[in-house]
Amino acid sequence: MKYEPVIGLEVHSQLNTKSKIFCGCSTEFGAAPNAQTCPICLGMPGVLPVLNTEVVAKSIRAALALNCTVSEVSRWARKNYFYPDLPKGYQISQYEQPLAVNGHIDIMVNGQHKRIRIHRIHMEEDAGKNIHGENLGDPAHSYVDLNRTGVPLIEIVSEADMRSSEEAKAYLEKLHSILRYTGVSDCNMEEGSFRADANVSVRPFGQEKFGTKAEVKNVNSFRFIQKAIDYEIERQSDLIDDGGRVIQETRLWDSVKNVTVSMRSKEEANDYRYFPDPDLVPLRVSEAWKNEVAATLPELPDAKIARFQKEYGIPEYDAVQMAEDQQVAHYFEAVVKMGSDPKSATNWIMTDVLRILKERQLEVEQCPVTAAMLHGMLELIKNGTISGKLAKDVFAGMEQTGKDAKTVVAEKGLVQISDTGELEKIVDGVIAANPGNVAEYKSGKVKLMGFFVGQVMQASKGKANPALVNKILKEKLG
Amino acid sequence: MAEMHNDSLASLSRKLAAGETTSITLTKAFLERIERFDPKVKAFLRVEKEDALAQAADADKRRAAGEKKPLLGIPVAVKDNIVIEDRITTCASKILENFRAPYSATVVKKLREGGAVLIGKTNMDEFAMGSSTENSAFFTTRNPWDIGAVPGGSSGGSAAAVAAGFSPASLGSDTGGSIRQPASLCGVVGLKPTYGRISRFGLVAFASSLDQIGPFTRTVEDAAIMMNLLAGHDPLDSTSVDMPVPDYTEALKNDVKGMVIGLPKEYLVGGIDPAVEAVIKTAAERLAAAGARIEEISLPHTEYAISVYYVIATAEASSNLARYDGVRYGHRSKESQDLAAMYVNSRSEGFGPEVKRRIMLGTYTLSSGYYDAYYLKAQKARTLILNDFREAFKKCSVILTPTAPTPAFTIGEKADNPLQMYLSDIFTISANLAGIPGISVPGGFAPNGRPIGVQFMAAHFDEETLFTAAAAYERLRDAAVGSTFPKLG
Repeated sequence: MKYEPVIGLEVHSQLNTKSKIFCGCSTEFGAAPNAQTCPICLGMPGVLPVLNTEVVAKSIRAALALNCTVSEVSRWARKNYFYPDLPKGYQISQYEQPLAVNGHIDIMVNGQHKRIRIHRIHMEEDAGKNIHGENLGDPAHSYVDLNRTGVPLIEIVSEADMRSSEEAKAYLEKLHSILRYTGVSDCNMEEGSFRADANVSVRPFGQEKFGTKAEVKNVNSFRFIQKAIDYEIERQSDLIDDGGRVIQETRLWDSVKNVTVSMRSKEEANDYRYFPDPDLVPLRVSEAWKNEVAATLPELPDAKIARFQKEYGIPEYDAVQMAEDQQVAHYFEAVVKMGSDPKSATNWIMTDVLRILKERQLEVEQCPVTAAMLHGMLELIKNGTISGKLAKDVFAGMEQTGKDAKTVVAEKGLVQISDTGELEKIVDGVIAANPGNVAEYKSGKVKLMGFFVGQVMQASKGKANPALVNKILKEKLG
Repeated sequence: MAEMHNDSLASLSRKLAAGETTSITLTKAFLERIERFDPKVKAFLRVEKEDALAQAADADKRRAAGEKKPLLGIPVAVKDNIVIEDRITTCASKILENFRAPYSATVVKKLREGGAVLIGKTNMDEFAMGSSTENSAFFTTRNPWDIGAVPGGSSGGSAAAVAAGFSPASLGSDTGGSIRQPASLCGVVGLKPTYGRISRFGLVAFASSLDQIGPFTRTVEDAAIMMNLLAGHDPLDSTSVDMPVPDYTEALKNDVKGMVIGLPKEYLVGGIDPAVEAVIKTAAERLAAAGARIEEISLPHTEYAISVYYVIATAEASSNLARYDGVRYGHRSKESQDLAAMYVNSRSEGFGPEVKRRIMLGTYTLSSGYYDAYYLKAQKARTLILNDFREAFKKCSVILTPTAPTPAFTIGEKADNPLQMYLSDIFTISANLAGIPGISVPGGFAPNGRPIGVQFMAAHFDEETLFTAAAAYERLRDAAVGSTFPKLG
C-alpha cells in the first residue's frame, strides 16, 4: 500500500433513559407512529425544553468510563436546518462547550496495543423519521413519525488516530463494550442505538499533513464499517494514483453493492448556524455530582482484562475475549469460582459458548449451557469420566437438551472406558488384525503408534481413555 | 355600572367582593362596550363571547362557594401570541391563521386559577415584530385617544383594549419595548418584569433571551395585583427563576423620600419630541419635590443598544420561526412540487414583509463567516450594556427616562421606513438586553392630545422598588392633573 489511511470515528449512541431529553414522553422503541409525542417534542408554538437530568447523569457516566474530563460548565446550542423529521427547524445539541473532552480508549490489534484519543462527547436530541409513501401504500405522500424526536443521544468523536480499518473496528468494539458495561445504552445496532460515521483520508507515508477526508455515513455494523473504510481507502488511493483529487464530501455506504456513494451536494453546503440555545441555561456539573457517578461505575473492561490475567493466569488474548461482554465475564468467573481450571474454562467459552451465542443470537444469560453445566462437564473431564473428545459430544448434548453433563453422559452412554481389562481386549483385537503394521512398528517405525491408537479409539467408538490406550499399546508392542 | 369601564381592577375587585356587582354583570358590560366600540378601535382579533360568559358564571359560582381572589371574575384580554388550549392563536400571522393550540400557557393557567375571565385575543404586530401594530396580517389597531394614530406595538391591541375600557387588564409581551411603548402611546400602565420573573411557557417565541410577558392596567396598583398572580418559577421554563414572590401591593405604600432616582444623560439628547422632554422634566421636578434625589447618571453604551438588539433578536427569531414550515401545522402552500418548494412557498405566502426582513437579517448574522462579527460581538456589547446598569444601580434605586421618543404617530407615517420605526424602541430596548424590569406610567399629553408615558427601570428582581417609584409618581401626577380617559363616542 502506497498511502497511509487516517481514520476518525463519530459514534451516536442512544441513551436508555425512560423519557426523552427535553419532555416527559416515553423513549420505548416500536410504538405506533407519533404515539409518543407531546406539544414539546412536536415543536408546537410557545413550548420550551426542560432538561432531563437523568440524561446528564448517564452522559457523565459514559464520559468518565471513556477517561474524559467532564466540563464544569457546558452549553446547549441550536443546530439549524430544515427537514420534515425535525419539528423545531433546529436540533438542540452542544457545540462550543461540550459536556466532556480529552478521553481515550485502549485497543489491541494483532497483539499490538494502541491508544485512541477521544476528542469530545456531547449530548443532543435525536430527530424523527421520514417514511416515504411507497412503504405505506400511498406513493403520492410522505409521512413523518416523531416518536424518536427528542430521544437522548451522546455523540462520541474520536481524534483521527486510527491507521487501518482493523483499528477502527477494534475501537468501535471496545467503545461498544465500554458503553454496555456502563449501562447507559443498549447499543443495539439494528434499532439504531449505536451508529457510526467514519472520516477517512489517505496520505503518502511520512507526510504529516492529513489528506482531504470523506465522511462515510450510514454504517450500522462492525463488519460493514471495516468494509466501508477499506473501500474508501482504496477509492481514494486509486483516485490519487490516477492523478485525481479527493474532494471533501459526505458519502453513504451501500451495503448491497459494497460501495460508498456520494450524497447530494446540497448536504455538503449546509451551514448549521450554530448558536447558544437561549431557552436553556448553561449546564453545571459539580465535583460532587461527578464523584457520585464515578462511585457507581462497574469494573471496566481494561481493569477486568488485567485482573483476569493476574488472578487466573490466563493469556491476554483469552482475558480480552472474556472481558469484552460484561455478562460473559460474569459467566467465566462463575465457572472458575466453582473450581474449574481457568484456562480450560476460557478454551470452552471462546470456542463453544461464544459460538452458540453468535449462531443463536443470544445473550450469555440465555445460553442453554449455564456456567454450572460447563463446570460440571469440566469436572467429568478432570476426573477421567470423559475424554476431551467425548466432551464435544457431551457439550452438544447439553446444548440440545439443556440437561447437565452427568445426565447427558448417562443417557448417551458416553462414559470413558478406563477398565484396563476391557481396553486390553480391544488392543489385542487391533494387534491381531494388523500383523503387517505390528511388524513394521517392531522394526523401528515407531510413528505407527498413532495409527494403533486411532484404531483402538475407533473400535471403542471414541470411549477409550487415550492415556490408558497409549500405555497398554506400548506394553503390548514392546 | 355606567362608568365601570374606567374603573381600576382593584376597584372592580372590591365591588365584586362587596357583592355590589357580579362577574356576569361586569363581563356583559365589557362585552357590550367591545361590541359597540371595537369596530372603531380594532383591538381584538377574536372575542370569545360565549366562553367569557361561561367563565364569568363559573367565577360567580366560585365566589358564592367562598373563594376570595383579587382577579376572581375580572375580565382580562390576552395578546394573540399567548396560547390557550383549544383556542386559535395566530400571532397576527397568516401562517398560523387557523392554528388551534393543544395546550395552555402557564400564565393562562394562572389566570384561570385566579378566576380571571379571558374575554378574547388581542391584535399585535405579526410575531411581535413591530412598534405600531401595522404589521398585523389582519388589520391595524387604532389608538383610542386618536383614531388616526397608531396604538404602538407590538402589543398594540392589548394596550388599546385597556385604554378603551374593553377590559381592566390585559397581557402583552415585551421583547424590546412591546409592552411599555404601546402603554406610553395609549396612556395606560405597562410593565415588563425582570427576565425570568414570569414563565414564558406558552408565549410564542420571537427572541427567547429578550421576551417577557407582562400586564397592561389602568393603575400601578393593578399592575402589582397582576404581578402577584403571574410571577413565579415554572418548572416548564428553565429560564424562569426560582425566587419567592413578594406581595407587590405592599411596595405601593412606601414613598420616594430619600430615594435616589437616576436620569441617564444619554437618554435626553437630540431627536426627542419637546412634549416628551417636558413630561420627563415635570416628572423629575414632582418627584424631587416629594423628597426624591434626582441625580444625573451615565449609561455609556446606550448608543449601541439598537444595533445589538437587531442582531440578537433577529438571530434568535430566525431560528425560533423555523418551525413554521407547513409540515405539521399552519399554512402549507398548495402549489409545491417538492419539499424545498413546499418550504419556500409556505413561508413566502405565510409571513409578512417585516417578519421576512428579520428572518433574513438573523439568518445572515448567524451564518458561518459572519457569526463572530455580528452575533458574538453583539453578545459582548450586550454584556457592556448590562454592566452599565449594574454600575448605575450602585448609585441609584431607579432610573427615570422617557418610554418612547415621541407620542403616538399617525397611521402610515413610519410604515415604509423600518429604521425610523426601530427608533421607537430606543429607550425601552436596553432593559430587555439587560434583563431588568421597566414600567411605563402615563405622564401627560402632547399638544395634539396624544398620551405620553414615563418609564422607570430598576435592578434585576427589584420590581418592588419599581412599584414604589411608579406608584408615588402616579399619586403626584393625579394630585397635579388627575386622570383622564379617552372619549370613544
